[in-house]
Amino acid sequence: MTRGSSGIGVDFDRVTKRYGNMTAVEDVSLGIRAGEFLTLLGPSGSGKTTLLMMLAGFQDITAGDIRVGGQSIAAVPPEKRNFGMVFQGYALFPHMTVRGNIEYPLDIRRMAAADMERRLGAMLDLVQLRGFEDRYPQQLSGGQQQRVALARALSFEPRVLLLDEPLGALDRKLRADVQEQLKDIHNRVGTTFIYVTHDQEEALTMSDRIAIMNRGRIVQVGSPTELYERPRTVFAASFLGKSNFITRNGRTYALRPEKIDALPAGKGSGQNKLSGTIKAITYMGATLKLMVDVPGHASIEVQVPAWRNAGQFAESQAIDICWSDDAQVEVEAGDDEKAGVPPVRPSRG
Amino acid sequence: MSSAVQTGRFNVYWLLVAPALLLVLVLYAAPILNVLLLSFADPKPGLGNYYKIVESDTVSRLIFTTIRLCLITTIASVTLGYIVAYAMLHAFSTMRQRMMSILLISFWISVLVRSFAWLMLLGHNGLLNNALMAGGIIAEPLPIMRNEFGVLIGMTEYMIPYAILPLLANMQGIDLRVTSASRSLGASNVQTFFRVFLPLTRPGIVAASLLVFISSLGFYVTPAILGGGKVQMIAEYISVQLLVTVRWGTAAMLATLMLVSVLVLMYVLNRFMRLSTVFGGGPR
Ligand SMILES: Nc1ncnc2c1ncn2[C@@H]1O[C@H](COP(=O)(O)OP(=O)(O)OP(=O)(O)O)[C@@H](O)[C@H]1O
Ligand SMILES: [Mg+2]
Repeated sequence: MTRGSSGIGVDFDRVTKRYGNMTAVEDVSLGIRAGEFLTLLGPSGSGKTTLLMMLAGFQDITAGDIRVGGQSIAAVPPEKRNFGMVFQGYALFPHMTVRGNIEYPLDIRRMAAADMERRLGAMLDLVQLRGFEDRYPQQLSGGQQQRVALARALSFEPRVLLLDEPLGALDRKLRADVQEQLKDIHNRVGTTFIYVTHDQEEALTMSDRIAIMNRGRIVQVGSPTELYERPRTVFAASFLGKSNFITRNGRTYALRPEKIDALPAGKGSGQNKLSGTIKAITYMGATLKLMVDVPGHASIEVQVPAWRNAGQFAESQAIDICWSDDAQVEVEAGDDEKAGVPPVRPSRG
Repeated sequence: MSSAVQTGRFNVYWLLVAPALLLVLVLYAAPILNVLLLSFADPKPGLGNYYKIVESDTVSRLIFTTIRLCLITTIASVTLGYIVAYAMLHAFSTMRQRMMSILLISFWISVLVRSFAWLMLLGHNGLLNNALMAGGIIAEPLPIMRNEFGVLIGMTEYMIPYAILPLLANMQGIDLRVTSASRSLGASNVQTFFRVFLPLTRPGIVAASLLVFISSLGFYVTPAILGGGKVQMIAEYISVQLLVTVRWGTAAMLATLMLVSVLVLMYVLNRFMRLSTVFGGGPR
């Protein structure tokens, strides 16, 4: 299949979902562009699945509206929405073969047998599962099942594909493989992908844009670079990547560990400088992680390239840490869960 | 489970259950063996009793009636039980627990009490007929009880809980996300039920049907009371042969026939679904 269906835009307009007096999604507004790969990223319980379920039609909306291609879908039953959906755990039909699973949506749509066969072939090629059509789901590996679920969801050329933590059950290596394949498929079919995950690395590497969610709200939306380099809140900075927080003149700044330089005591220079002692060193392969105790403050995490600094540092050694002004980003403390991180005050160097 | 059992070594603790085992063997297996012998030996040695299955009109009609009643009961109670199990599956948890306790309570009400309850409700002078006649809707009482239809009502009502349990066990094992998946793929509620849910409950349906059918074969009190003497099933006939006409050979032959059919059906049931699952042991 080459560029079968082209995607369609989805607009969440002030969407709220309550279960009794518990609010799962609160006042979410989000515009998703046609053909975009958008990731919903957030901790467990932040409302990602709920948002997706409202879009798919399995949960009703308490307040607000969802529009697809400009049309409200509130009154449309799930089977008429034409969204492909890959569920967490895949939800393949265990009593049908791979062929039966992939052809199911086509059969429901009364597609002619010859067309169905052709579409099946195209789907099997797309997910690289030729030769598996007569197997049952139980006879497939996790990654293969995941690809069948994907093929099934794409076979009827939906305008939007919803994926709820589709890689959760896969091991690290397989995850990376399937991530690449997913991205590749997205590029080829042009469908709008809405992808749910709580894995920040996955979100960073795959998405056109990421929407970070916390406690039912969207905290920030933007491209991976935008979110990583210019987080707006303490929560965004600490959920996507790691961050130190530094308070100066009543303002809070986020500072990524790898943007800090570590030098032997007295050798430090730069726009910002702090002196401290190394509390712990962790070798991480590519980088060396130093936890630095700054007198009177909480410890600051620093990451320096490991190959150049091996042997330079030892525990309880006194060092200087420095960074330039453009390495730090001012963030709102907000009502975030991670606002409890004690900030440190640097001296001007 | 102790390792001794797993490795097949003799475990001395088996001696503790030996008396009970012996008791069961002597008091249970021996009489059954005796019945088996009787069916070939009384009144004279040979297969005479078994020829009656085809030769005697009474016996063949009896067998036919029993099978027919059991089949209808099976279809009716599995269908109704399926609906109840489905409702229980989709009920909220407090409601489901309430339904479950009612189900279990129904197991404790004796078949005798239930049969009389049906008579009081639907019998000649029952609540329904009296009300309808008092209301001037009918002139004569409706003949609901004291016939085959009455027996079927009683048997079906009794067997529904037996159908529900294996069906529910089966349904609870289904990942309901597959039904959501089906909807998201374009299938309506009805299509989803027939193409996804129903096929996935097939093992439950088979197990429930066999269980109900096997249990129905032994109905005795219900046909006796609700059939008004017009409907006789094997169990009742056996008792008549034993106590009234004293033809033990025929009785023994029919008992053996029932036993063998039950064993065959149990074997089939076991092939479809582990017995322990059917009786609430949970899937393995
Ligand atoms: N049916 C329900 N009834 C009541 N509360 C619910 C229901 N479904 C979800 N919730 C609550 O809504 C909130 C959001 O749940 P949701 O499943 O959307 O989280 P999530 O972001 O998908 O989390 P995860 O990453 O763990 O899947 C949670 O606090 C959850 O407890
Ligand atoms: Mg979820």
